[in-house]
Amino acid sequence: MTIDWANFTPWSSLAGGIVIGLATAMFLLFNGRIAGISGILGGLLQPIKKGDIGWRVAFITGLIFSPIAFSVGAPLPEVQIDAGAASLIMAGLLVGIGTRYGSGCTSGHGVCGLSRLSPRSMVATALFILAGFVTVFITRHLIG
Amino acid sequence: MQVLMAFITGLIFGLGLILSGMTDPSKVIGFLDITGAWNPSLLFVMGGAVLIAAIAFRFAKTRPKALLGDTMRLPTARQIDKRLILGGLTFGVGWGLSGYCPGPALASLAIGGSKPLIFVVAMLVGMAIFEIHDSRSRAHKCKAV
Repeated sequence: MTIDWANFTPWSSLAGGIVIGLATAMFLLFNGRIAGISGILGGLLQPIKKGDIGWRVAFITGLIFSPIAFSVGAPLPEVQIDAGAASLIMAGLLVGIGTRYGSGCTSGHGVCGLSRLSPRSMVATALFILAGFVTVFITRHLIG
Repeated sequence: MQVLMAFITGLIFGLGLILSGMTDPSKVIGFLDITGAWNPSLLFVMGGAVLIAAIAFRFAKTRPKALLGDTMRLPTARQIDKRLILGGLTFGVGWGLSGYCPGPALASLAIGGSKPLIFVVAMLVGMAIFEIHDSRSRAHKCKAV
Protein backbone atom coordinates (compact mmCIF):
# COMPACT_ATOMS: atom_id res chain seq x y z
CA MET A 1 0.00 0.00 0.00
CA THR A 2 1.13 3.53 -0.83
CA ILE A 3 -0.66 6.77 -0.05
CA ASP A 4 -2.12 8.63 -3.02
CA TRP A 5 -0.83 12.05 -1.88
CA ALA A 6 -1.79 13.78 -5.16
CA ASN A 7 -5.51 13.22 -4.55
CA PHE A 8 -5.44 13.39 -0.74
CA THR A 9 -7.64 16.29 0.41
CA PRO A 10 -7.78 16.16 4.23
CA TRP A 11 -9.02 19.71 4.80
CA SER A 12 -11.83 19.94 2.27
CA SER A 13 -12.90 16.41 3.19
CA LEU A 14 -12.92 17.27 6.89
CA ALA A 15 -14.84 20.50 6.20
CA GLY A 16 -17.34 18.63 4.00
CA GLY A 17 -17.71 15.99 6.70
CA ILE A 18 -18.48 18.68 9.27
CA VAL A 19 -21.14 20.14 6.97
CA ILE A 20 -22.65 16.64 6.54
CA GLY A 21 -22.59 16.29 10.33
CA LEU A 22 -24.35 19.65 10.73
CA ALA A 23 -27.11 18.64 8.31
CA THR A 24 -27.49 15.33 10.16
CA ALA A 25 -27.68 17.18 13.49
CA MET A 26 -30.25 19.68 12.17
CA PHE A 27 -32.47 16.96 10.77
CA LEU A 28 -32.31 15.04 14.01
CA LEU A 29 -32.95 17.98 16.33
CA PHE A 30 -35.59 19.80 14.24
CA ASN A 31 -37.38 16.89 12.55
CA GLY A 32 -36.52 14.07 14.95
CA ARG A 33 -35.36 11.86 12.12
CA ILE A 34 -32.26 10.01 10.98
CA ALA A 35 -30.66 11.45 7.84
CA GLY A 36 -30.18 8.09 6.15
CA ILE A 37 -30.42 8.59 2.42
CA SER A 38 -31.31 5.04 1.38
CA GLY A 39 -34.09 4.92 3.99
CA ILE A 40 -35.50 8.31 3.02
CA LEU A 41 -35.51 7.37 -0.68
CA GLY A 42 -36.63 3.77 -0.22
CA GLY A 43 -39.56 4.86 1.95
CA LEU A 44 -41.04 6.50 -1.15
CA LEU A 45 -41.40 3.07 -2.75
CA GLN A 46 -43.49 1.69 0.10
CA PRO A 47 -47.29 1.77 0.32
CA ILE A 48 -48.41 5.37 0.92
CA LYS A 49 -48.65 6.48 4.54
CA LYS A 50 -50.30 9.83 5.18
CA GLY A 51 -47.84 12.60 6.07
CA ASP A 52 -44.86 10.46 5.15
CA ILE A 53 -44.26 11.62 1.58
CA GLY A 54 -43.68 15.39 1.74
CA TRP A 55 -40.58 15.47 3.93
CA ARG A 56 -38.98 12.62 1.98
CA VAL A 57 -39.52 14.34 -1.37
CA ALA A 58 -38.31 17.64 0.11
CA PHE A 59 -35.07 16.15 1.47
CA ILE A 60 -34.29 14.36 -1.81
CA THR A 61 -35.11 17.52 -3.79
CA GLY A 62 -32.72 19.51 -1.60
CA LEU A 63 -30.02 16.92 -2.21
CA ILE A 64 -30.58 17.02 -5.98
CA PHE A 65 -30.47 20.84 -5.99
CA SER A 66 -27.27 21.01 -3.94
CA PRO A 67 -24.80 21.10 -6.86
CA ILE A 68 -26.70 24.04 -8.37
CA ALA A 69 -26.51 25.90 -5.04
CA PHE A 70 -22.82 24.96 -4.68
CA SER A 71 -21.96 26.32 -8.13
CA VAL A 72 -23.34 29.74 -7.17
CA GLY A 73 -20.63 30.13 -4.51
CA ALA A 74 -17.71 28.14 -5.91
CA PRO A 75 -16.75 26.10 -8.95
CA LEU A 76 -17.87 22.46 -8.66
CA PRO A 77 -14.98 20.06 -8.07
CA GLU A 78 -13.90 17.88 -10.96
CA VAL A 79 -15.21 14.34 -10.85
CA GLN A 80 -14.08 11.21 -12.66
CA ILE A 81 -16.42 8.27 -13.24
CA ASP A 82 -14.49 5.27 -14.50
CA ALA A 83 -17.34 2.75 -14.43
CA GLY A 84 -19.11 2.02 -17.72
CA ALA A 85 -22.87 1.71 -18.19
CA ALA A 86 -22.97 -2.04 -17.47
CA SER A 87 -21.01 -1.65 -14.22
CA LEU A 88 -23.18 1.29 -13.18
CA ILE A 89 -26.38 -0.71 -13.73
CA MET A 90 -25.00 -3.69 -11.81
CA ALA A 91 -23.71 -1.41 -9.04
CA GLY A 92 -26.99 0.50 -8.81
CA LEU A 93 -28.99 -2.72 -8.44
CA LEU A 94 -26.64 -4.02 -5.73
CA VAL A 95 -26.65 -0.70 -3.85
CA GLY A 96 -30.46 -0.47 -4.07
CA ILE A 97 -31.08 -4.02 -2.84
CA GLY A 98 -28.24 -4.08 -0.31
CA THR A 99 -28.98 -0.77 1.41
CA ARG A 100 -32.66 -1.63 1.85
CA TYR A 101 -32.04 -5.21 2.92
CA GLY A 102 -29.33 -4.08 5.36
CA SER A 103 -31.40 -1.05 6.53
CA GLY A 104 -28.86 1.62 5.70
CA CYS A 105 -25.98 3.05 3.72
CA THR A 106 -22.98 5.30 4.31
CA SER A 107 -25.16 7.99 5.90
CA GLY A 108 -27.57 5.93 8.00
CA HIS A 109 -25.11 3.33 9.28
CA GLY A 110 -21.79 5.08 8.56
CA VAL A 111 -22.54 8.53 9.97
CA CYS A 112 -25.67 8.29 12.14
CA GLY A 113 -25.08 4.75 13.41
CA LEU A 114 -21.43 5.26 14.32
CA SER A 115 -22.33 8.55 16.04
CA ARG A 116 -24.84 6.68 18.21
CA LEU A 117 -22.28 3.89 18.85
CA SER A 118 -24.84 1.39 17.50
CA PRO A 119 -23.30 -2.11 17.35
CA ARG A 120 -25.55 -2.94 14.36
CA SER A 121 -24.24 0.02 12.40
CA MET A 122 -20.63 -0.69 13.34
CA VAL A 123 -21.02 -4.21 11.92
CA ALA A 124 -22.79 -2.95 8.78
CA THR A 125 -20.20 -0.21 8.19
CA ALA A 126 -17.27 -2.59 8.67
CA LEU A 127 -18.87 -5.05 6.23
CA PHE A 128 -19.67 -2.63 3.44
CA ILE A 129 -16.19 -1.10 3.63
CA LEU A 130 -14.68 -4.60 3.64
CA ALA A 131 -16.80 -5.64 0.64
CA GLY A 132 -15.71 -2.42 -1.08
CA PHE A 133 -12.02 -3.20 -0.41
CA VAL A 134 -12.41 -6.71 -1.85
CA THR A 135 -14.40 -5.49 -4.88
CA VAL A 136 -11.86 -2.82 -5.79
CA PHE A 137 -8.99 -5.27 -5.27
CA ILE A 138 -10.64 -7.71 -7.69
CA THR A 139 -11.71 -5.17 -10.32
CA ARG A 140 -8.55 -3.08 -10.21
CA HIS A 141 -5.75 -5.52 -9.43
CA LEU A 142 -6.91 -9.01 -10.35
CA ILE A 143 -8.88 -8.47 -13.56
CA GLY A 144 -8.32 -4.72 -14.18
CA MET B 1 -42.39 23.65 8.38
CA GLN B 2 -41.06 20.10 8.67
CA VAL B 3 -41.07 19.84 4.89
CA LEU B 4 -39.18 23.12 4.47
CA MET B 5 -36.61 22.01 7.05
CA ALA B 6 -36.23 18.67 5.23
CA PHE B 7 -35.48 20.57 2.01
CA ILE B 8 -32.91 22.81 3.73
CA THR B 9 -31.15 19.92 5.46
CA GLY B 10 -31.13 17.89 2.22
CA LEU B 11 -29.54 20.88 0.49
CA ILE B 12 -26.88 21.35 3.20
CA PHE B 13 -26.21 17.61 3.28
CA GLY B 14 -25.56 17.71 -0.47
CA LEU B 15 -23.26 20.74 -0.17
CA GLY B 16 -21.25 18.77 2.40
CA LEU B 17 -21.06 15.75 0.08
CA ILE B 18 -19.77 17.91 -2.79
CA LEU B 19 -17.24 19.79 -0.64
CA SER B 20 -15.98 16.56 0.92
CA GLY B 21 -15.22 14.86 -2.42
CA MET B 22 -17.80 12.10 -1.95
CA THR B 23 -19.43 12.97 -5.28
CA ASP B 24 -16.20 12.02 -7.06
CA PRO B 25 -16.34 8.24 -7.63
CA SER B 26 -12.60 8.08 -8.38
CA LYS B 27 -11.88 9.47 -4.89
CA VAL B 28 -14.22 6.95 -3.26
CA ILE B 29 -12.61 4.09 -5.17
CA GLY B 30 -9.21 5.55 -4.17
CA PHE B 31 -10.27 5.07 -0.54
CA LEU B 32 -11.40 1.52 -1.20
CA ASP B 33 -8.18 0.69 -3.09
CA ILE B 34 -6.34 -0.27 0.08
CA THR B 35 -3.79 -2.47 -1.69
CA GLY B 36 -2.98 0.14 -4.35
CA ALA B 37 -2.52 3.93 -4.14
CA TRP B 38 -4.73 4.52 -1.11
CA ASN B 39 -6.57 7.82 -0.61
CA PRO B 40 -7.48 8.26 3.08
CA SER B 41 -9.62 11.40 2.46
CA LEU B 42 -12.87 9.58 3.24
CA LEU B 43 -11.72 8.92 6.79
CA PHE B 44 -11.69 12.70 7.28
CA VAL B 45 -15.21 13.01 5.85
CA MET B 46 -16.49 10.34 8.21
CA GLY B 47 -14.52 11.73 11.16
CA GLY B 48 -15.87 15.26 10.68
CA ALA B 49 -19.46 14.08 10.22
CA VAL B 50 -19.42 11.66 13.16
CA LEU B 51 -17.84 14.26 15.45
CA ILE B 52 -20.70 16.73 14.92
CA ALA B 53 -23.50 14.16 14.69
CA ALA B 54 -22.38 12.42 17.90
CA ILE B 55 -22.95 15.63 19.87
CA ALA B 56 -26.44 15.97 18.36
CA PHE B 57 -27.33 12.35 19.18
CA ARG B 58 -26.23 12.76 22.81
CA PHE B 59 -28.51 15.77 23.08
CA ALA B 60 -31.38 14.07 21.19
CA LYS B 61 -31.39 11.09 23.56
CA THR B 62 -32.46 13.35 26.42
CA ARG B 63 -35.41 14.84 24.54
CA PRO B 64 -38.71 13.07 23.81
CA LYS B 65 -39.66 15.56 21.09
CA ALA B 66 -37.89 17.29 18.20
CA LEU B 67 -37.79 21.11 18.02
CA LEU B 68 -40.58 21.21 15.41
CA GLY B 69 -42.84 19.09 17.60
CA ASP B 70 -42.49 15.61 16.12
CA THR B 71 -41.62 12.55 18.16
CA MET B 72 -37.88 11.87 18.28
CA ARG B 73 -37.51 8.78 16.09
CA LEU B 74 -34.32 6.97 17.03
CA PRO B 75 -33.68 3.49 15.64
CA THR B 76 -34.67 0.67 17.98
CA ALA B 77 -33.44 -2.43 16.10
CA ARG B 78 -30.59 -4.15 17.92
CA GLN B 79 -30.15 -7.60 16.42
CA ILE B 80 -27.22 -8.35 14.14
CA ASP B 81 -28.93 -10.72 11.74
CA LYS B 82 -28.55 -12.21 8.27
CA ARG B 83 -30.32 -9.25 6.66
CA LEU B 84 -27.88 -6.73 8.12
CA ILE B 85 -24.82 -8.78 7.18
CA LEU B 86 -25.86 -9.75 3.63
CA GLY B 87 -27.31 -6.29 2.97
CA GLY B 88 -24.12 -4.58 4.09
CA LEU B 89 -21.94 -6.86 1.97
CA THR B 90 -24.17 -6.46 -1.11
CA PHE B 91 -24.13 -2.69 -0.79
CA GLY B 92 -20.34 -2.73 -0.41
CA VAL B 93 -19.86 -4.63 -3.67
CA GLY B 94 -22.01 -2.09 -5.55
CA TRP B 95 -20.18 0.78 -3.85
CA GLY B 96 -16.81 -0.65 -4.89
CA LEU B 97 -17.92 -1.29 -8.49
CA SER B 98 -19.12 2.26 -9.08
CA GLY B 99 -17.75 4.55 -6.37
CA TYR B 100 -21.32 5.72 -5.72
CA CYS B 101 -23.43 5.37 -2.61
CA PRO B 102 -27.01 6.72 -2.53
CA GLY B 103 -26.42 10.30 -1.28
CA PRO B 104 -23.59 11.32 -3.61
CA ALA B 105 -25.35 9.71 -6.59
CA LEU B 106 -28.44 11.86 -5.96
CA ALA B 107 -26.26 14.94 -5.42
CA SER B 108 -24.63 14.28 -8.83
CA LEU B 109 -27.86 13.91 -10.82
CA ALA B 110 -28.27 17.55 -11.78
CA ILE B 111 -24.73 18.04 -13.10
CA GLY B 112 -23.12 14.70 -13.85
CA GLY B 113 -24.63 13.77 -17.21
CA SER B 114 -25.91 10.28 -17.96
CA LYS B 115 -23.69 8.17 -15.66
CA PRO B 116 -25.18 9.12 -12.28
CA LEU B 117 -28.64 8.94 -13.86
CA ILE B 118 -28.04 5.34 -15.00
CA PHE B 119 -26.84 4.46 -11.49
CA VAL B 120 -29.80 6.14 -9.75
CA VAL B 121 -32.38 4.47 -12.02
CA ALA B 122 -30.77 1.06 -11.39
CA MET B 123 -30.66 1.82 -7.64
CA LEU B 124 -34.40 2.65 -7.62
CA VAL B 125 -35.09 -0.61 -9.48
CA GLY B 126 -33.02 -2.44 -6.84
CA MET B 127 -34.97 -0.77 -4.04
CA ALA B 128 -38.25 -1.67 -5.75
CA ILE B 129 -37.12 -5.30 -6.13
CA PHE B 130 -36.46 -5.32 -2.38
CA GLU B 131 -39.91 -3.87 -1.61
CA ILE B 132 -41.72 -6.43 -3.77
CA HIS B 133 -39.71 -9.32 -2.36
CA ASP B 134 -40.06 -8.05 1.20
CA SER B 135 -43.83 -7.52 1.07
CA ARG B 136 -44.25 -11.01 -0.43
CA SER B 137 -42.16 -12.69 2.26
CA ARG B 138 -44.06 -10.75 4.95
CA ALA B 139 -47.41 -11.86 3.48
CA HIS B 140 -46.08 -15.42 3.40
CA LYS B 141 -45.06 -15.20 7.05
CA CYS B 142 -48.52 -13.91 8.06
CA LYS B 143 -50.16 -16.85 6.30
CA ALA B 144 -47.82 -19.29 8.01
CA VAL B 145 -48.79 -17.87 11.41
